[in-house]
Amino acid sequence: MERIDQIVKKHQQTISPTIPILQEIQAIYGYVAPEFLVRVAELIDVPLSTLYGVVTFYTQFRLEPLGKNHIQVCHGTACHLRGADQVFHAIEYESQTSAGEFSVEKVACLGCCSLAPVANVNGKIHGNLTADQARKLVKKLKS
Amino acid sequence: MTRKDYQVYVGMASCGIASGADLVFEKLVEAVSPSIAVEPTGCLGICFCEPLVEVRSLSGQRYLYGNVTEDKLTRIINEHLLNNQVVQELLVPYPQQVRFALQNCGLINPEDLHSYIEVNGYSGLRKALASSPEAVINEIKIAGLRGRGGAGFPTHLKWSLARQSLVQPKYVICNADEGDPGAFMDRSILESDPHSVLEGILIAGYAIGAEQGFIYVRAEYPLAIQRLRLAIQQAMDYNLLGKQILGTDFNFDIQIREGAGAFVCGEETALLMSIEGQRGMPRFRPPYPVDKGLFDCPTVINNVETLANVPRIMEKGAAVFNQYGTKQSTGTKVFALTGDVKHSGLVEIPMGTTINELVFEIGGGISTGGQFKAIQTGGPSGGCIPAELGATPVDYESLAEIGAIMGSGGLLVMDDATCMVNVAQYFLSFASAESCGKCTFCRIGTQKMLEILNKITAGQGELQDLETLEELGKKVAAGSMCGLGQTAPNPLLTTLKYFRPEYEAHILEKRCPAKQCQALIDYQIDSELCRSCGLCKQACPVNAITGSRQEAYQINQSVCIRCGLCVSSCKFAAILISAGEVAS
Repeated sequence: MERIDQIVKKHQQTISPTIPILQEIQAIYGYVAPEFLVRVAELIDVPLSTLYGVVTFYTQFRLEPLGKNHIQVCHGTACHLRGADQVFHAIEYESQTSAGEFSVEKVACLGCCSLAPVANVNGKIHGNLTADQARKLVKKLKS
Repeated sequence: MTRKDYQVYVGMASCGIASGADLVFEKLVEAVSPSIAVEPTGCLGICFCEPLVEVRSLSGQRYLYGNVTEDKLTRIINEHLLNNQVVQELLVPYPQQVRFALQNCGLINPEDLHSYIEVNGYSGLRKALASSPEAVINEIKIAGLRGRGGAGFPTHLKWSLARQSLVQPKYVICNADEGDPGAFMDRSILESDPHSVLEGILIAGYAIGAEQGFIYVRAEYPLAIQRLRLAIQQAMDYNLLGKQILGTDFNFDIQIREGAGAFVCGEETALLMSIEGQRGMPRFRPPYPVDKGLFDCPTVINNVETLANVPRIMEKGAAVFNQYGTKQSTGTKVFALTGDVKHSGLVEIPMGTTINELVFEIGGGISTGGQFKAIQTGGPSGGCIPAELGATPVDYESLAEIGAIMGSGGLLVMDDATCMVNVAQYFLSFASAESCGKCTFCRIGTQKMLEILNKITAGQGELQDLETLEELGKKVAAGSMCGLGQTAPNPLLTTLKYFRPEYEAHILEKRCPAKQCQALIDYQIDSELCRSCGLCKQACPVNAITGSRQEAYQINQSVCIRCGLCVSSCKFAAILISAGEVAS
């Protein structure tokens, strides 16, 4: 909790600091734990319900921790037309056997449309994926 | 080795890095640095050739190498850099386009302020500060600059309304919440030329009398954020931001706000709510942000591309800008050209260029070998324009006339293997997921329209559904408060208008002509083409494929979930897709 206090203090000068504080907490912990929310609410004098409303409104915030491997499959228009669904299913099937190892999510657009379909695997963008390649990518991470 | 007669630039925007430009950069530095300077640059717009390496000689010659693999890089280093022999066969042509907003993208090092100043950076701000705010606004008015975020509102009008307000403080916000799936113009500008955007914000701030600016940028663009932070720091170090800028009485600060993943926050009033730390739900307009914006103060919100145009207009004069374009839509527009087109990437065209020119001349035509079927502009807010209307000029008015919108610049080219019902379904599922829920029509209407489209693509549609869709579409547009809901039915309504027979095929014949809708297709293994390698069987997640090396492989249709994994695993293209009746 001390860490949370420090983060809030750091943003004292920020104009309307709510979202930047939550973002920094998530950057450090990977998610925003409910007990952190309670503390932040106290410190910046914003009702807990409002904070909860903010956290659940924006897709960036997570109330639960991520798996060991974080995979975002882009579902932007270009990726959609070039088979993002197949890539997503391939990754989902391949990763579902290892619980807690993988967090797989669909995201709107990673902005690399010329390489469609793309997926962001642990921070690295992989482009021009086929379902088969995507499956192998996950397989590699499992071993 | 003491050769300073070359400079080498590597295209290091997100697309380039994703294609391996970071490795190319490292290898180059290792091989030739420090005797030859190796620098990162931004996006040249020819994403289909990434990674890109440019060699510049002291005499001003520029050589561009594309699709640089490790082998190619070794040749470039050994033959060109170390032996002065240009590797002709690896060169790729420069994009032949007007470059105004993108002037510096791919030219300068985005992480170096001096590199920007060398190309007259911040001279627009100097000129602005030497004249009156009214004169600045007038210059923008003569240029005829309109909002590049899509709506096309005259920029000078926004500025002069905010200027006239007596309320203080005032704010300038740069809207870099580029949420349209399929659009990356703003990302490229921010990654390739961040100082132009800062300069544009400063000029806007001076013009309206503000001292604080915000850049609201998507969290999904980490590189853009990193380069903006660096640019802000550099600008502060050189007194281009802060107190008494360049020795004048003008003070200005810029803060970055990261979006948190909500498409609706690209709508200006939702964006304001988000900066204020609340749920990003739109507010009623009027009052418009120029009267009551951020914290109820006068606020000008401009898009990235709009602001990137501003310093160039101030520096070169309005006449250089408005020599391009049409009478009502002056200047150029940047598009992210994607989809089934050969030369996908970032392009800048004078307003009024026709769709055909864009697809065939600049885009190089269809990449898949299929026929040009349609383009889609403006993402989830825009419409699908059929190939027959290819002669339509791209400007605000002409696009609106045929039911589409200019949009922020996402331009998707589709070939004849694209199912238009699926496209409408895709955009509606996006809009309904991103609806903030404030207006009933948008919240429930988009959901209902999506349900009907799901029904149609599943082969369970009825003809009457099409009328219901049209009616719902009109009502959602009329009953929604913000741009999201007002435009969410556009992809549906335009595909219904221009591609109705495709909807009817799904409904009456239970057939998807483009062979895309999963419930209306089935996969078959062609026994002639099959080499019995067994890869498809391994790939199938539900064990729907049976067979062995001795006997031909077969797909059990009642087990198959049509995921397509077998198709991408097959090396012999032996798995065929048929658009029959409902398979199961």
